[in-house]
Amino acid sequence: MLLEAPLRGVAPMLTAIRKIQASSEHLTSLHPEFLLLCLLSKSYKAGYSILDDDIFEVDQPRDLFLYCYYGGMICIGQKCFRKALELLHNVVTSPMTVVNAIAVEAYKKHILVSLIHNWNFSTSLPKYTSSVAQRNLKNFCQPYIELANCYVSGKIVDLEALVDKYREKYENDNNLGLVKQVISSMYKRNIQRLTQTYLTLSLQDIANSVQLNSAKEAEMHVLRMIEDGEIFATINQKDGMVRFLEDPEQYKTCHMIERIDSSIQRIMALSRKLTAIDETITSDPLFLSKTGRERHRFDFDDFDGVPQKFNI
Amino acid sequence: MEGDDDTSGPMIDDEIYANGVDGDNEKRSRPIISSEQLDIEAYASLYSGRTKIMRLLFIAQRSQSNEAMELEALRMAYDEIKKGENTQLHREVVQKIVGRLGPEYGMDVAWCDTVDRRAEQKKEKLENELNAYRLSFTGYVVYTNVVMGEMFYSGYRQSWSCGLYLRQCWATNLIKESIRMGYNDFGDFYYAHGQLGDAFKSYVRTRDYCTTSKHIVHMCMSSTLVSIEMGQFTHVTSYITKAEQIPDALDPVTVAKLRCAAGLAHLESKKYKLAARKFLETGPELGNHYNEVIAPQDVATYGGLCALATFDRMELKAYNKVIDNLNFRNFLELVPEVRELINDFYSSHYASCLDYLGNLKANLLLDIHLHDHLETLYGQIRHKALIQYTHPFVSVDLHMMANAFKTDVAGLEKELEALITDNQVQARIDSHNKILYARHADQRNATFQRVLQTGNELDRDVKSMLLRVNLIKHEHNLRASRKH
Repeated sequence: MLLEAPLRGVAPMLTAIRKIQASSEHLTSLHPEFLLLCLLSKSYKAGYSILDDDIFEVDQPRDLFLYCYYGGMICIGQKCFRKALELLHNVVTSPMTVVNAIAVEAYKKHILVSLIHNWNFSTSLPKYTSSVAQRNLKNFCQPYIELANCYVSGKIVDLEALVDKYREKYENDNNLGLVKQVISSMYKRNIQRLTQTYLTLSLQDIANSVQLNSAKEAEMHVLRMIEDGEIFATINQKDGMVRFLEDPEQYKTCHMIERIDSSIQRIMALSRKLTAIDETITSDPLFLSKTGRERHRFDFDDFDGVPQKFNI
Repeated sequence: MEGDDDTSGPMIDDEIYANGVDGDNEKRSRPIISSEQLDIEAYASLYSGRTKIMRLLFIAQRSQSNEAMELEALRMAYDEIKKGENTQLHREVVQKIVGRLGPEYGMDVAWCDTVDRRAEQKKEKLENELNAYRLSFTGYVVYTNVVMGEMFYSGYRQSWSCGLYLRQCWATNLIKESIRMGYNDFGDFYYAHGQLGDAFKSYVRTRDYCTTSKHIVHMCMSSTLVSIEMGQFTHVTSYITKAEQIPDALDPVTVAKLRCAAGLAHLESKKYKLAARKFLETGPELGNHYNEVIAPQDVATYGGLCALATFDRMELKAYNKVIDNLNFRNFLELVPEVRELINDFYSSHYASCLDYLGNLKANLLLDIHLHDHLETLYGQIRHKALIQYTHPFVSVDLHMMANAFKTDVAGLEKELEALITDNQVQARIDSHNKILYARHADQRNATFQRVLQTGNELDRDVKSMLLRVNLIKHEHNLRASRKH
């Protein structure tokens, strides 16, 4: 029986997850289902609430893939691009023995979100990515890689031409909305780069150098970026000049100190966790017997604690 | 370029705006060399051998828009080839001339035939000689071994056998030397006839028959020469290293030659800094001894430009590098333009420095080795000049700077923008008032920013790492449970 009313499932599922979970670090098989319901009912806030928990324990790799993928999409909906990047990155770099569709789709979104948020994308995957992913992912995402390469050149016309060329592909992947956001983020990127080089610049010059049609449009973009806190600037409407300022943050306020302190606490907790895990692994009899066997083959000098095989 | 009247106006401006040393305030007479056409005859007289022909042909090829110059170069190449024995080149040149120089510069079939016939004969003769030597060499080795064996077998007295043995060795060496000479002659022969690959092989083959270190050096030098002509600069480097490993047999001239060749090799592989070092190390003994590859004028030009493009101000002046380098000064005297432009650059007269560069450009583009690298080197020099100009100031008026660099403000702004984006100039442009302000990074803020960022990155990385650990563990357990 299908009710076609995903919203009704959200609340019960959330309760169920909380009941089943052994700890907040535990990923149950209900997690992805719950996130899917949230996506379908567009109740991103509810979904976002469980994404705050850091997940470490996983029963089924597939659950994790889906959880991160759906989670990434919810974060994109909420415009929390940083968190979205993190989740999508987890999917792409997870250990895998065969390429799976979830990873491919996640990689596509990862490229787009990275362009929107960081204004760049490095096509090389990190070293710890499984070799399967390193070898194959790019072949599945050619239009997206091309988009990223084109983005770096900073030419809006080229980018738009490329988007037109692959419009159908993007549309089939349901990524056209993101692609459009990529285009508008390029204006932001180009304006932001201007702040690095100029102290004052007329709106007309801004419009010229970021290839906008009029000074009016440039003003709108700059205004929005100032409001979003992405650049620091003042607009002088009388003579049409924009004055770029330095970051006014002086790192002196209580608020900032609190923030730094909380960061330190968080990282200390993390490092305690890391030590604990390290101890469990080094005292694991299986691990010891394996490394013990290998140890004889090497000199003691060229031996470091963890064998190369586990490059995680 | 400009008449003297034109230059006097901006020149005074230069003196005011140019930053840095203004000690030489006396009227700097600027004998700007006009960028008039390259004097091909003077240029060609600097070189000898094959490179002269190749350089002339190169000039002809590059100056096709300027027919007079092209024909002049071709004519000289034609004459030069006639002195040699390379019929292949002769045919090529004639094809290029296409009868534009009148009947005297047409295809000389008779000459070609004679030369070719003579070449055949000579080759046959050389082959016969070489074969004879080689036969006797193998024969001698076998003979010697047999004799030695018999001697020891029949228990000859030792002193006598020693004497005989030494004589045998001497004789072997003599034959070895003949074979070496034979191969060497072959190399020379091939080289003269333009078969560079074969020449290279022959020269390399002499290696097995070298008996003294002098021979090895000779072998290395010949191979280097041929490889330079072939454009195989990896070979050049390897034979230079080989030669440099034999320090006792190197006279100053050879050392200087090796430095030049190494410089050329580095230049070709775009390692401009290393190239500059090698050219600067070249001793004045070089003189005109290496005409078949490089003229001392070239050493000055190549070395000077590479040094300007890659050395910083300190290096330029300090540790006997460029300006205070006695050796190199001798070379610089030969090309006063380069000397002047280095001095101008050092004393921050950028406009005149760039003027010199601009004037030299047309001629340097006709250089067989430098032409590919000229744009890169010029770009680097210009960037360095811009960076050096802005460095000491808190604020710079762009109008004045544009004046000093002889460009307009808009162009300058674009150049500066590129440099700032590359983080080579720490400054920001006030485009409204056309002033460049130096940017003083706030260390404290930057540190805070970096700390927070690093913290976030660490947090993120560790978390995703732990997740991966757990996945691997999970997979491992799964595999283990499957096994049971």
